Amino acid sequence: MLAVDGITVRFGGITALDGVAFTVEPGTAVGLIGPNGAGKTTLFNCLTRRCDPDGGEMRFEGEDLLAVPPHAVAGRGIARTFQNLGLFPQLTVRENVMVGAHSRGRTGHLAAALRLPRVRREERELRDQADDLLRRLGLADVADHPASGLPFGTLKRVELARALAVRPRLLLLDEPVNGLSHGEVGQFADLVRSVRREFDLTLVVVEHHMGFVMGLCDKVVCLDFGRRIAEGPPEDIQRDPAVVEAYLGVAA
Amino acid sequence: MNTIVTALGTARARRLRAALTVLLATAAAVGAPFYFAPFQVFQLTMVLLYAVALAGLNLLVGFGGQISLGHGAFFAAGAYTAAVMLDRYGTGHLATLPAAAAGCFLLGLGFGVPALRLRGLYLALVTLSFAVFLPPLLKRLEPVTGGSMGLTVDKLRPPAWSGLAEDQWTYFVVLAVTTVALLCARNLLRSRAGRALRAVRDNESAAEVMGVRLSLHKTLAFAWSAMFAGVAGCLYTWVIGFVSPDSFGFVLSITLLAGLVVGGLASLYGPLLGAAFVMYVPSVSQDLSEAAPGVVFGLLIITVMFVAPTGLAGLPGRVLAAVARRRPRATAAPPGPAPGTGSAPEAEPGPEAGSGALTTLTPPGPAVVDAEPVGAPPRTEKE
Repeated sequence: MLAVDGITVRFGGITALDGVAFTVEPGTAVGLIGPNGAGKTTLFNCLTRRCDPDGGEMRFEGEDLLAVPPHAVAGRGIARTFQNLGLFPQLTVRENVMVGAHSRGRTGHLAAALRLPRVRREERELRDQADDLLRRLGLADVADHPASGLPFGTLKRVELARALAVRPRLLLLDEPVNGLSHGEVGQFADLVRSVRREFDLTLVVVEHHMGFVMGLCDKVVCLDFGRRIAEGPPEDIQRDPAVVEAYLGVAA
Repeated sequence: MNTIVTALGTARARRLRAALTVLLATAAAVGAPFYFAPFQVFQLTMVLLYAVALAGLNLLVGFGGQISLGHGAFFAAGAYTAAVMLDRYGTGHLATLPAAAAGCFLLGLGFGVPALRLRGLYLALVTLSFAVFLPPLLKRLEPVTGGSMGLTVDKLRPPAWSGLAEDQWTYFVVLAVTTVALLCARNLLRSRAGRALRAVRDNESAAEVMGVRLSLHKTLAFAWSAMFAGVAGCLYTWVIGFVSPDSFGFVLSITLLAGLVVGGLASLYGPLLGAAFVMYVPSVSQDLSEAAPGVVFGLLIITVMFVAPTGLAGLPGRVLAAVARRRPRATAAPPGPAPGTGSAPEAEPGPEAGSGALTTLTPPGPAVVDAEPVGAPPRTEKE
């Protein structure tokens, strides 16, 4: 479904990603781990066209992603969440989710200003879809609340709802349980598992919480200093000496 | 009281209240020109016309998160389009409105391009340059614009069937255009396009990841905003019947922005309040101080910004929130003193039961209860 091949990104003198390659099969969940600064988020930024790689190739369902303009990525069926929340704080929770459906809407500015019947119909549809998603994720009570000033765990769920509103086939989660309490991590993992089944998603997850990654993913890719140092099923990765060294270091 | 509040909170009651508000506002708007003197009607007309310009600026600044110090230029462009059409080509008044709107839309589209690359202060400077550069240009293009002398054109004339005076007819025409314009702005903001615009304001990269095309929405916000300013300018020509380069100096642009901020950014009815501010405050400050109306104007802006940092439109909400904050403290007070009365339970069981009833029934309750225990403990100690 997704094939990343030889992606290289340099920021000035720093090579954030150095020829990274891996593939994601449809319906699987791939964990992307590595110490801070390993280039995981940079890779996500490349996949969503926030950042142009200096070299390499990315294909999504056979299409060259680098030829897709940034705003069209969502329309191709790729959604993501952000490491430190990328919500729209002054919009309500429902509006945030409705922005997620932006690429599926057709209303232009003029039709919107005149509020033509088809605009009303589309608005009603988008609103109903958003409300369904909010109910599904237990957010119906906060639908009219601005997406700021809510508990962090709730906002994480709002962001997931917004990403699901894109109707993605590939969902990229950037540190989804970062900053959640122990109990919330378990709940969030259950939630991700159930929406993955329900919406038939392929997942790529960046996360430091090993319990979460190992419990969810079918395959784990480990990066260190922009290079892929290991790739394999979770149980192999846990025992991989290179991964252990990158994460824990070895005694001198 | 709580039951009343919850009853008012239901969707049906809210709709009823909205309908009532609309009805009252319509009645007031329609009745005003028959009640006020012609000059006051003229002032109201100007408020409506400025409200259109501010609604446009609000799209850009309040909802789009961009800034423009050059909206006076679009206002002027609209005004001159109308004036030139009336003066040179003798078209009817109505024909000038779509021309001014379309012209300013295109102008805004063109000037919106720098907005794609610049933001904040840099964008403010570029837009300010439009405002600074337009009056001299208008003076230069004398064959078309009449140069420094400006152009004098026909005002709106009431048709015989209406039986209205000139100021009243003008008021109603401007009221109609303003209503349509404000409704359009509201519709736009409550749609996919408006949500996209606000999303871009709040978080550009997240908006783009969600599929919002930044360049399109940013330039279109500029274009729509310019179009509203142009429509307001066109109305200005209809109302005043005279345009000159000096009417549209860069102070106009700054006044518009100040009016919007005072009225309330990103608020649907902020532009109306801001327009009233723009219209009335200079004349009020003129009355207060012959010598320095500018100083009074400035001080008033500062005062408003201190009292209502979210603008006049945000003021009721802030007041309500402040009242709500105070209210729980007032109703929370009885449990505090209650132990005081509880220390002498045999002495007076009656007042305690009574106080409970009082707090739930009437607002003065807490004060009464407060007064009770203050006197109570000393009495029990004496006994």
